[in-house]
Amino acid sequence: MNDSHYCPHTPQEISEMLSVIGVASVEELFSPIPAELRAKTFNIPPGLSEFETFDRMKSIAAESSGDMLAFVGGGYYDHIIPAAIDHLSGRAEFYTAYTPYQPECSQGTLQALFEYQTAICRLTGMAVSNASLYDGGTACAEAAMMALRVTGRNKIIIDGCVNPFSRQVLKTYLYNLDVEVVEIAPLDGLLNRDELAGLLDESVAAVLVQNPNFFGCVDEFSALSQQIHAVQALLIASVYPISLGLLKSPGEMGVDITVGDGQSLGNPLSFGGPSFGFIAAQKAYIRNMPGRIIGETVDKQGRRGFVLTLQAREQHIKRHKATSNICSNQGLCALRGLIFLSSVGRQGLVDLARLNRDKAEYAKARLVEIPGVTVLQSAATFNEFTIFLPKPADGVVKELLKKDILAGVPLGQYYQCSENCLVVTVTEKRSKKEIDRLVRELEVAICN
Amino acid sequence: MATMYFTKEHEWVKVKEGIGAIGISEHAAHELGDITFVELPKIGKTVKQFDVLAAIESVKAASDIYAPLSGKVIKINEALDDAPEIVNESAEDAGWLAWIEIADETELKNLMTHDQYNEYLKTL
Amino acid sequence: MQLIYEKSVAGRRGVKLPLSDVPAAAALPEKLLRKASAALPEVSELDLVRHFTNLSRRNYSLDTNFYPLGSCTMKYNAKVLENAAVLFAPFHPMTALLPGGVEFCQGNLGMLYDLGQMLADITGMDEVTTQPLAGAQGEMTGILLISAYHRAKGNKKKYVVVPDSSHGTNPASAAIAGYEIITVPTAPYGDMDIELFKKAMTDEVAAVMMTCPNTLGLFNPHIKEISDIAHSHDALMYYDGANLNAIMGKVKPGDVGFDVIHVNLHKTFATPHGGGGPGSGPVGVKKALIPFLPQPRIVMDDDGKFLLEDQKSVSIGRTANFFGNFAVMARAYAYIIMLGREGLIQVSEQAVLNANYIKERLKAYYDLPYDMICMHECVFSASKQLEHGVHAIDIAKYLIDKGYHPPTVYFPLIVKEAIMIEPTETESKATMDAFIEVMIEAAIAAETNPQLLRDAPVTTPVGRLDETKAAREQNVCCIG
Repeated sequence: MNDSHYCPHTPQEISEMLSVIGVASVEELFSPIPAELRAKTFNIPPGLSEFETFDRMKSIAAESSGDMLAFVGGGYYDHIIPAAIDHLSGRAEFYTAYTPYQPECSQGTLQALFEYQTAICRLTGMAVSNASLYDGGTACAEAAMMALRVTGRNKIIIDGCVNPFSRQVLKTYLYNLDVEVVEIAPLDGLLNRDELAGLLDESVAAVLVQNPNFFGCVDEFSALSQQIHAVQALLIASVYPISLGLLKSPGEMGVDITVGDGQSLGNPLSFGGPSFGFIAAQKAYIRNMPGRIIGETVDKQGRRGFVLTLQAREQHIKRHKATSNICSNQGLCALRGLIFLSSVGRQGLVDLARLNRDKAEYAKARLVEIPGVTVLQSAATFNEFTIFLPKPADGVVKELLKKDILAGVPLGQYYQCSENCLVVTVTEKRSKKEIDRLVRELEVAICN
Repeated sequence: MATMYFTKEHEWVKVKEGIGAIGISEHAAHELGDITFVELPKIGKTVKQFDVLAAIESVKAASDIYAPLSGKVIKINEALDDAPEIVNESAEDAGWLAWIEIADETELKNLMTHDQYNEYLKTL
Repeated sequence: MQLIYEKSVAGRRGVKLPLSDVPAAAALPEKLLRKASAALPEVSELDLVRHFTNLSRRNYSLDTNFYPLGSCTMKYNAKVLENAAVLFAPFHPMTALLPGGVEFCQGNLGMLYDLGQMLADITGMDEVTTQPLAGAQGEMTGILLISAYHRAKGNKKKYVVVPDSSHGTNPASAAIAGYEIITVPTAPYGDMDIELFKKAMTDEVAAVMMTCPNTLGLFNPHIKEISDIAHSHDALMYYDGANLNAIMGKVKPGDVGFDVIHVNLHKTFATPHGGGGPGSGPVGVKKALIPFLPQPRIVMDDDGKFLLEDQKSVSIGRTANFFGNFAVMARAYAYIIMLGREGLIQVSEQAVLNANYIKERLKAYYDLPYDMICMHECVFSASKQLEHGVHAIDIAKYLIDKGYHPPTVYFPLIVKEAIMIEPTETESKATMDAFIEVMIEAAIAAETNPQLLRDAPVTTPVGRLDETKAAREQNVCCIG
């Protein structure tokens, strides 16, 4: 028998417990399972010691390349993570608790999530936020479903400049519902406003846009939101939180629902998860929000406290009529997001955003010095931009992978006639030296 | 004087001159506990008897409210938007939810009188 | 305790940013810029550390208190799993999606593949996708897979059948996946009423969603019959894996007729619950459903190399932007290889032993609506205590004062005043004995001093909170 130290009973204790229960063996406790249904095989390998387990995990991690120089984004960004985040979010009291159903012994989690909701509202210029969703893509999907409920309509228009993975996730969520999804092909790296104008009517529940978009272009949606509101539809914007240190907030543009991925706020890349999705909206839509929401209240002595509120929206009460099926969210990642925003702080986020843009603009200027390389769009960009190469981007990216550089995201597999396009991301973590190295290696790969 | 009828789902309707005022019974309001939100129908909505008309939420419950009679919604109790507690305080009077233009008064045969409803409550 | 915003002092910072080594860029056009910076906290690093450390101390957690929260499987999360998970922090997920990128991600993709294989063996399925991000998303994914299956066969299906004891996520997930719900009541023997189930089954039923053992902690002895009936209508059987902790190595859902399953890695496979997440909800399917799995699908070629297959034609698409909650899966993978075959069997055996022990010791004090051998959890009712005006919630609050996280109360909905206790296998007899004593004290106090229970908790930073006020006023963010 593999005596697991995670199952603490001694044989003596087991026999005492069995006699209290009144059965002769542990096996007898499985008698409700009919004999003919019992497992015939179970092929999991024998267990390992703690040391061997860790060693095995180290060798798995070593089989992948973790020290690549990242100039890729695509929704996940290589940003600084202040040291305090691991220590504070790693405190067992946060880490090993669960959903705060019992508020009196969960005020730590509840207050932190209330502070998180506040941070998201202030960042996005929205009035209400929930306590997190799974990721950026599912947040787009939840926002779309929210708009369907609010408007009672069944058409969603998506700007083709939105992250293609998020668009796929949204379509998967709507896969078996009676909802029409219309995608608008990008025009010069931006939303094709003429095409949208032709599609906008009173059958449209919502329009989904992204800022900065998948090409890195920054847009302004104030006029658009008025146009959309004129047909009583909603504007949903997916945003990159770090960019909101500089860029006009969704609230200032008249956006109705703001979503995004919170990975960039203090969550490691971890090969794609966990991060968290955020969703925030105008106050009028609070009852249609998905997921947990924390609210402020008082106890009998008038002391301030926090509770899960508006629970009647949720699956454990409303079952098939719930606003969403979400139960577990990404609470710990949202906590990391809050600690990140608190650590960087008000001016720090502005400085961080500026630093990202400065580095990206430097890289952009250097890259176009390579013969045949041009910047594709004239629109302003934040820390990502699309360049046009004199040869297909796929081969160039492959070459640079060999030099441990993630040179960017080639657009060919996501957009038609874009084989030579590459989206390059530059965060504050990339030094001038590293950018110069990218430029050098890219030039070599292009000229060969 | 309007006559009051009840459903098994604890809605009431007061009928007068072709108009029905609709609400939930005091018993129902008590069972729900502190009401935190009333989702009222839109004016102009038409409903069939026993279709969902409105919804009421308390802290830990959500209940659909069914139309006691078929008809068209002509007025809603907007005061409940800001003060849903009125339903707890005065379920069978100030806490009314909506008025409908009754489509078919013969449907009253499917409802209980006040006395019948009180008897019905004893069986629950 | 003050909010961090109330501790904020203009100009303070919690971290020093990298210095710029490039020229400042020309400013963006005014119309693209925000008018004022977001009013985020401005605190020093020490302020920050004290704030969150002190907040954390206002939580009960698994590492500080026994946490027998039924249905949530709050088992101990081994520390080595944390050490393992951080090894993967630097990997950018786009790497694998770049041309030629899979070459550089063989370890990571291989781990996901192996985890899928092991979960397939544990559950008796043919293939597992690790993409779903939590249990509820796994349910939605599973029902979408079922809808794709029916669509491909040209079946016209409208309904999903669930027992009334099901988790709320089951009907909610099926509704998102486009189905109407038929709810079947529970019979006096504690399982879905088989006669009523037969009446509910028609050719329009797409799927039957079951939790087995169910939320009463009972294994349904009719499960094979139920799945045979479902299959006779070409309805598929969906297994909610929330309660998998009870049956590892004992019975495989795939062997008893289930076609689709989700697994909650944060429950059975010991990954931390994080105050509400992240979870992870891999979905296993039988062969017939493999073509519809989310893309990209991780496959192994003849040379043992791992590839990403992206065949969009019949797949339901994508349920996450990348490969699921990878770091959660790294923990679960480490847990499974560490415990191994015998260890996992022992987990289920002792989880069931512990639940039955608590059930037997407490049944003289609390009403046990379904008095039979249970699996990994037991459900009492506070109906006896209610005669003295004491509700399940009052007992829960009393337990808080005594240093225990309460069991799940008010679920399952079919048990009045439910108290659902899931001790898990990692708790010692001494811990459970002490908990049992407090539960007995509570039962006695319900008769002798009910006010004590109704006034609880008194040891916490706040007493019972006014939830009505919270719901009516909706203060969900601090105005400032």
